[in-house]
Amino acid sequence: MLARVVVNSERCKGCQICCFTCPKNILQLSTETNSKGYNPVYVQFPQKCTGCALCALMCPDVALEVWK
Amino acid sequence: MAVQHEKRVFGYPSSLTDAPFHYCPGCTHGIAHRLVAEAIDDLRLKEHTVGVASVGCSVFTYNYFNCDMQQASHGRAPAVATGIKRVSPETIVFTYQGDGDLASIGTAEIIHAAARGENITVIFINNTNFGMTGGQMAPTTLPGQKTTTTPLGRDVKKAGYPLRVCELLSALDGPAYLARVSLHSPKEVLRAKKAIRKAFETQVAGAGFSLVEVLSTCPTNWGLPPKKALEYLRDEVAKYYPLGEFRDGPREVEACSTR
Ligand SMILES: Cc1ncc(C[n+]2csc(CCOP(=O)(O)OP(=O)(O)O)c2C)c(N)n1
Ligand code: SF4
Repeated sequence: MLARVVVNSERCKGCQICCFTCPKNILQLSTETNSKGYNPVYVQFPQKCTGCALCALMCPDVALEVWK
Repeated sequence: MAVQHEKRVFGYPSSLTDAPFHYCPGCTHGIAHRLVAEAIDDLRLKEHTVGVASVGCSVFTYNYFNCDMQQASHGRAPAVATGIKRVSPETIVFTYQGDGDLASIGTAEIIHAAARGENITVIFINNTNFGMTGGQMAPTTLPGQKTTTTPLGRDVKKAGYPLRVCELLSALDGPAYLARVSLHSPKEVLRAKKAIRKAFETQVAGAGFSLVEVLSTCPTNWGLPPKKALEYLRDEVAKYYPLGEFRDGPREVEACSTR
């Protein structure tokens, strides 16, 4: 079954804890900036998401939602 | 074939408001906030919980928790919480305090609230420094750790030794639940979640004082990027402050004879 991560780009501060927590390495820093001036993360390889939610568990800004 | 509906496996807790956190990027205060909110959600306590915010980076918790909040002066949150709990015993009362707040200016308040076995829950964030004011040494700063007031590292000959709050309080009969957890990995975050939930359950059961010490990062004042800060938390902080439960259930103490 497909799984997906939804990033709330306005809450994200680009700390990248999710990027190195994700076992599949699917999250990346975006080159766009949000209204606070941070580069938020985006899902670079959505098809690889297993829905394990480890990224969301470690996100200090509750910026990630996971669906499965 | 039956249609399979997508389920949300991780979402935003209803005990947090929509306000985005003001914390520095990678600061684990935010994880601790979420865990407290999830515990309040899971136990369905939101409508009758009052939180007490302390002084420090987490002073704005009153904007983030979606329940009634009160602000206490520096270190006094356990005393304010005591007042709220005693006039309204049905209310679930928690404090959210940093180590500068709880283990320095507020040492007397926390020890006496614990000794009285006050039926409140304390969430104690130990990030080994005074974050908000610019990273000065706290009582919890590790021996040898550099801070703005110990630029050569904490010299225990001059600055003394750190306070281990859970061990200190476990010498008392009052506490019903004491645990130290860390936020350095998903596994430890899950453990922290369980401990925070148990602390609230302790209060709901009327068993007495509960405290969870949460080892947390301060990337900004540690001068480390978020990943390195989590490694420092795991390799240095969690080594000096052993994780685990220090009290699990109220102590039975027999009163002495009245003569
Ligand atoms: C009575 C009083 N003394 C001193 C201060 C200055 N002050 C503000 S925050 C703080 C320390 C906060 O550190 P901590 O509790 O560890 O929280 P953190 O910021 O690290 O989350 C101090 C000393 C104050 N606000 N009030
Ligand atoms: S100063 Fe430290 S404790 Fe305060 S928000 Fe920044 S990283 Fe967090």
